[in-house]
Amino acid sequence: MDILRFATAGSVDDGKSTLIGRLLFDSKAIFEDQLEAVERTSRDRGTEYTDLSLLTDGLRAEREQGITIDVAYRYFATPRRKFIIADTPGHIQYTRNMVTGASTADLAIILIDARKGVLEQSRRHAFLTSLLRVPHLVLAVNKMDLVDYSQERFEEIREEFTAFASKLNVGDLTFIPISALNGDNVVSRSENMPWYNGSSLLHHLENVHIASDRNLVDVRFPVQYVIRPQKANDHAFHDYRGYAGQVAGGVLKPGDEVVHLPSGLTTRIASIDTFDGPVEEAFPPMSVTLRFEDDLDISRGDMIARPNNRPHVAQDLEAMVCWMADGAKLAPRTKLTIKHTTRTARALVRDLHYRLDVNTLHRDEEATSLGLNEIGRVSLRVTQPLFVDDYARNRLTGGFILVDEATNGTVAAGMILEAR
Amino acid sequence: MLQRDYTTSQLDVLEAEAIHIMREVAAEFERPCLLFSGGKDSIVMLRIAEKAFWPAAMPFPLMHVDTGHNFDEVIEFRDRRSQELGARLIVASVQDSIDQGRVVEDTGRRASRNRLQTTTLLDAIEEHEFDAVFGGARRDEEKARAKERVFSFRDDFGQWDPKNQRPELWNLYNSRIRKGEHIRVFPLSNWTELDVWDYIRREGIEIPSIYFAHTRKVFERDGMLLPDAEVVQRGDDEPLFEAVVRYRTVGDMTCTGAVQSTAATVEEIIEEIAATRITERGATRADDRASEAAMEDRKREGYF
Repeated sequence: MDILRFATAGSVDDGKSTLIGRLLFDSKAIFEDQLEAVERTSRDRGTEYTDLSLLTDGLRAEREQGITIDVAYRYFATPRRKFIIADTPGHIQYTRNMVTGASTADLAIILIDARKGVLEQSRRHAFLTSLLRVPHLVLAVNKMDLVDYSQERFEEIREEFTAFASKLNVGDLTFIPISALNGDNVVSRSENMPWYNGSSLLHHLENVHIASDRNLVDVRFPVQYVIRPQKANDHAFHDYRGYAGQVAGGVLKPGDEVVHLPSGLTTRIASIDTFDGPVEEAFPPMSVTLRFEDDLDISRGDMIARPNNRPHVAQDLEAMVCWMADGAKLAPRTKLTIKHTTRTARALVRDLHYRLDVNTLHRDEEATSLGLNEIGRVSLRVTQPLFVDDYARNRLTGGFILVDEATNGTVAAGMILEAR
Repeated sequence: MLQRDYTTSQLDVLEAEAIHIMREVAAEFERPCLLFSGGKDSIVMLRIAEKAFWPAAMPFPLMHVDTGHNFDEVIEFRDRRSQELGARLIVASVQDSIDQGRVVEDTGRRASRNRLQTTTLLDAIEEHEFDAVFGGARRDEEKARAKERVFSFRDDFGQWDPKNQRPELWNLYNSRIRKGEHIRVFPLSNWTELDVWDYIRREGIEIPSIYFAHTRKVFERDGMLLPDAEVVQRGDDEPLFEAVVRYRTVGDMTCTGAVQSTAATVEEIIEEIAATRITERGATRADDRASEAAMEDRKREGYF
């Protein structure tokens, strides 16, 4: 059984909470005591139906205001897969939550109200999904029961959205007509829409192929931690020196020739160690410890790659950034801390090329700063070289965060476009 | 072309993620510690720590906030396991906090030291100058926890501010804090109760005996089975009876209920949980029943 991480985007009005509630309920991930609590609260508030959004909106302020504030993580499993849902609120002020949820997602579900069609909000969600390179996108056209299960309406929405999506980098796009409230095409195929030949939503989630979404070609091993046992009496490990980390790309095997960055020196992998014994290969997302044939000076923040397939060694970066800070703005000359893989350095914003309107994709080249939830293209100068790939090629070696040095808050997510 | 699929099982993915988180903390913080209660989640966390730093010893001490109301079997297990690993165990005692006048104990039948633990924990974090504290909490446990970060920032007062959390992207964690602040780190955030049990089975990890079915004198209160023990105040209208029970969670005797069960092995426990229709906290924890937002309120104050 493997894991599928997916993000859901849409507002309460689109029936997102109802959909999640139904997936959880039908897969028996909602328990009786949780359901009782929700029923009780719904009754107390005078709601006529059981408001399943109460299952996901856990914080006091959310219950009071009837809104979703933050990314909520939910879990359910079927015999085929374990699922992790990053449930992100849909309103405009919470772009940063959508970006956060999408950063680790294998798939995103965008909900559209069949009566309202493709809204500005739907376009924004689709754009963010493509910006974060979520490999699979599902457009769930909800409330089909309210448009008489009309195939014409579904096709209209499909055409409109497809036209918009052609401007984006969407790898795999699937349209599914559903009614979350009635359960049409959620878990099983609906008899109300005989014209629809595709899978139910759950069937799609269970079967979508994600194993090849990882980069298994470019070997990237950011060194995270040096393991040197200090116990003097333990002779077996007296000279042990291992380099621990999580594989960010490619497949490593003992005997492979590798290059160490920044030194540029080459060596071979002597062994790939784990607590459970040495392994014959390591690939994403395994956490392992490498030992090398030669004694090199290797520390946290360094990178292991292949001599003929190296990441860019760059101090100047071109990137798209999503600004997430409430108060401060991003503008040229802003100095921040950058964290990229296991390396932390300081970064200077050299230039803001444009601010992107996430609804129209219009580039505003007159923009002088980025505020909360705004996205733009920047040039950064970093105090020490980073070992980077284009984000489109590898999300782990192409993504970074920026941290405000005064407040210590995480203020931006960045996606590398090209490095020099 | 690749000859194979390179799929990874859910337990391998969760383990790799948890190891990554632990190593990140060891690399970026000065003084981490791991909260070890002898409960199943912290036992799994301990195994992850063993794996993350092998063949070196784990580079941080263990800490237990001992209310004095714990089950004997669990305390015995806690001490033995720490010793086996050669780990340093710090015991922060709620009784000491009471004796020093730092907290005042509730009285009455429903008195619990659950809430008092927060003060003891925060005092210990301050005394030992811990800047990162590993906890075994999972997001599937409770609604407020579902929204908590893996690296959860705490201010000078140990408080959690759910509306002002640091965004967490990819596998990049922000570890920057000022002196006096700390980060609670939850490596098992993405695990479910069933994942924890599957992992215990796969790894053959020992757990305290009270997780398995045994005969115990209990009494019923609010639909929960509480144990016959000196620290648990029982009324005349709450008669004792013998039952075959086990514990789904391990907490204080005063607020942790047993469930009727004959599950005597990890396999049987997994079967039971897969079929159950009530959450582990709902079934067994009086501390969560106070209100809809009981957990959020306690977490804001600095609870685990």
